[in-house]
Amino acid sequence: MAQKLDYLKETPSQTAGPYVHIGLVPRQAGFEIYDNNFGNVIPGKGERIRIRGRVIDGTGAPLNDVLVETWQADASGSFTNPEFRGWARAGSDFETGEWVIETVRPGAAPNRDGATLAPQILFWIVARGINIGLNTRMYFPEDAAANAADPVFRKVPPHRRETLLAQPGDRVDGVQEYRFDIHLQGARETVFFDV
Amino acid sequence: MLRNTSESPGVLFPRDLDWHPPAYSPGYKSSVARSPRLPLMSIQPTTADLTGPRFGHSELGPLDNDLLLNFCQPGGSPIGERIIVHGRVLDETGRGVAGVLVEMWQANAGGRYRHRNDTYLAPIDPNFGGCGRTITDDQGHYVFRTIRPGPYPWENGPNAWRPSHIHFSLFGHAFAQRLITQMYFEGDPLIPHCPIVATIPDKAAVERLIAPLDLNHSIPHDLLAYRFDIVLRGSRSTIFENRLEGN
Ligand SMILES: [Fe+3]
Repeated sequence: MAQKLDYLKETPSQTAGPYVHIGLVPRQAGFEIYDNNFGNVIPGKGERIRIRGRVIDGTGAPLNDVLVETWQADASGSFTNPEFRGWARAGSDFETGEWVIETVRPGAAPNRDGATLAPQILFWIVARGINIGLNTRMYFPEDAAANAADPVFRKVPPHRRETLLAQPGDRVDGVQEYRFDIHLQGARETVFFDV
Repeated sequence: MLRNTSESPGVLFPRDLDWHPPAYSPGYKSSVARSPRLPLMSIQPTTADLTGPRFGHSELGPLDNDLLLNFCQPGGSPIGERIIVHGRVLDETGRGVAGVLVEMWQANAGGRYRHRNDTYLAPIDPNFGGCGRTITDDQGHYVFRTIRPGPYPWENGPNAWRPSHIHFSLFGHAFAQRLITQMYFEGDPLIPHCPIVATIPDKAAVERLIAPLDLNHSIPHDLLAYRFDIVLRGSRSTIFENRLEGN
């Protein structure tokens, strides 16, 4: 008999359920409990952008109880800037299913293997009916050359890359808006990653 | 204060997706239209995946982990069995993980959530909010005081009930460690009937979500304790990974 490997197994995931807001965005559930609430606005230096989107199910309906979290580098491409926390959390609107993230445009970032990561925003999506959080990422269509060199984006089959691109919208009060709709199923199913 | 991680935790072990519930689990009806149909695309984690925000104790309030007090009217107290839920957050190598943001939410003793979309006829408890949060200490320990949540009916079937459970959200050091799960209570007869529990194919994995009664940590005449340890993805060092171009 060989020696025994004593690794533990990761705790299994379970759905966040329909009331995820109570735990993670209690104000949206309808009550005040914490002095400091985590939210959907990332302060920091750089060009302000606003991302709106919906998560759409296989019947074409937007999820009106979804929670998204995002993670990104700062404007100069650092993930470890002590002055900048590139993390946001937003619950979708209970009627329309739309969520909004306000942040700064992320910079291109050095990857651990020496490659360069195109400017991007990672997404993590949980809701009732989602048994394990879904990972995807949003890229900017303006950065075509950087995207083509990105170690993840360039491995995505070309006909599915569009599902990872933000759609530029209007400039509102000097802030560039983007739309990023995430499709769980169907012809436009978003690429989700096993990271 | 806002902080990001100052070091990457290394490269995470691959996730064993056969251990987790599959996205498409038709016994849990909500998963049918909400599950991706194409395979997940496997990637090598990047620096973006291996970093994440860090949370400081100063960001939380002193009662954030005490559900007996954090939504209480002056002089009031929530109805229900008073309990401690405590444990450690470990990684797959068995190390305690410090600085993990642990958030939890639950129904009240009658099985009702304080949520505008919950219309179950059990009453709202004026002294109970139903959420808490804390940050693990340098050994990975966390603790909450709360009341035991009640079971509640839901719409998966004509007579579907959730066992008593507490939802847990874990934020380790890497965004790719992000995890949400649910804790169940030892001996609850509803566990084997729950379609959400049953999304997990492996019985040994289900057992990992069932917290045993922990009499040693109970406080006589005050609180019963349940122990719930949580394991996040582990990591290996990257020192042998700087291969030269072309190797
Ligand atoms: Fe629940």
